[in-house]
Amino acid sequence: MRAFSYERPTSVADAVALLAEHGPDARVLAGGTDLVIRLRDGSASPTVVVDVKRIPELDPAIREVDGWLVIGATTVMTEIAADVRVRRRFTALAEAAAVVGSVQIRNRATLAGNLCNASPAADTAPALLTYAAQVVAAGPDGGRRIPIDELFVRSGVTTLRRGELVTSIELPLASPPVGSAHVRRTRRRGHDLASVTLACAVDASGVTRLAYGSVGPRPLLVVDDTGVLANPAAAESERAAILEHMFAEASPSPRSMRAGPDYRLAMLRVLGWRALATAIARLRDGRLAAGE
Amino acid sequence: MIQLVPIEVTVNGRARTIEVAAHHTLLDVLRDDLELTGTKECCLVGECGACTVRLDGQIVDSCLVLAVEADGGEVTTVEGLADASGALNPLQQAFLDYGAAQCGFCIPGQLMAADDLLRRTPNPTVAEIQEGLAGNLCRCAGYEQITEAVQAVAGGRDR
Repeated sequence: MRAFSYERPTSVADAVALLAEHGPDARVLAGGTDLVIRLRDGSASPTVVVDVKRIPELDPAIREVDGWLVIGATTVMTEIAADVRVRRRFTALAEAAAVVGSVQIRNRATLAGNLCNASPAADTAPALLTYAAQVVAAGPDGGRRIPIDELFVRSGVTTLRRGELVTSIELPLASPPVGSAHVRRTRRRGHDLASVTLACAVDASGVTRLAYGSVGPRPLLVVDDTGVLANPAAAESERAAILEHMFAEASPSPRSMRAGPDYRLAMLRVLGWRALATAIARLRDGRLAAGE
Repeated sequence: MIQLVPIEVTVNGRARTIEVAAHHTLLDVLRDDLELTGTKECCLVGECGACTVRLDGQIVDSCLVLAVEADGGEVTTVEGLADASGALNPLQQAFLDYGAAQCGFCIPGQLMAADDLLRRTPNPTVAEIQEGLAGNLCRCAGYEQITEAVQAVAGGRDR
């Protein structure tokens, strides 16, 4: 591994100052499950690594603040998958966090890192898209809130600006409860990256929000507000037509090792129906979905 | 230029003050500086689990943790499982009894992951064992024997 200098700021302001000063020569270190691999293979070669885990403001405890469920920048997947509020209200996120990597990876990998890494296959991204989560960032010019759908550009690229540091990811508690589910397809059970990763959320007013990744340069969100998709009694042909339309923008890479485009597109439909059925059932049963 | 950082870390119950290179991983320091070679280096991308250690109560792939990140922390390696006299712990003994170790290279990591699983889930189902050990690959494919060994210890604890 090429040598770099290591910084361990103890405030967000100090971290932002370091990131602003060094620009592309600095990299943020949270869980390290992506970054350390890239430091070793040389695909990232910063001169400064900024470890944000000892910043007290980035409290990893999941908490409720002003109608938002706040997940800090240093909160790891293990904590998210185990949190009762996430499991009940944001079930698809809990399910996605529970299948990232392995136990070892989930004990280190942060939600913020999963998003900032901007992998098209990021398992937590579809769930956050369906919940209209917001990413809170601190920067040299102050803080801002970024709707999650405006964060991703393409693999490895986000709309974060020079010097900006994600401080939390926030989920709206005020919106009506949804039934939701995350499903994915991998080559092997257990520890693998997704060939298709997908989340679906259905609310009581009949709106269906579907988001999917690993089938294009960035995860995509599509919304059906006709109420037809959320209605199991509607004609299947009508529902299928809507679903087809929602998958129209999927464009899997022909160069990926994990699965060919035809397979991914076929599985996208299978998983879409499956997640939709689970989300509808969860909304109906009120189980794992009600705010309580 | 190589930056050296002084850290304090407790490894297998022994407090250490050492100087580590900022770009060296916890795995590098355990094996090369502390000569604890039970922890294995293998894939170096967090896929195989051969480098699994316990850091502050949670298992991690030590190839993906910088040594400086362990500053102030507590690390347990496979060398820390046996007691001071060298007597194997029940999990290690079960791995031997059930023939779970073939070539043996993955076993330190398997033991650390299995130990962690049993702390969290004292009576795991087969599915829970498979999920708990999903981050540990065995190239000899000794998964059946490893699962049996973990089950045997879990059952033994119950009785």
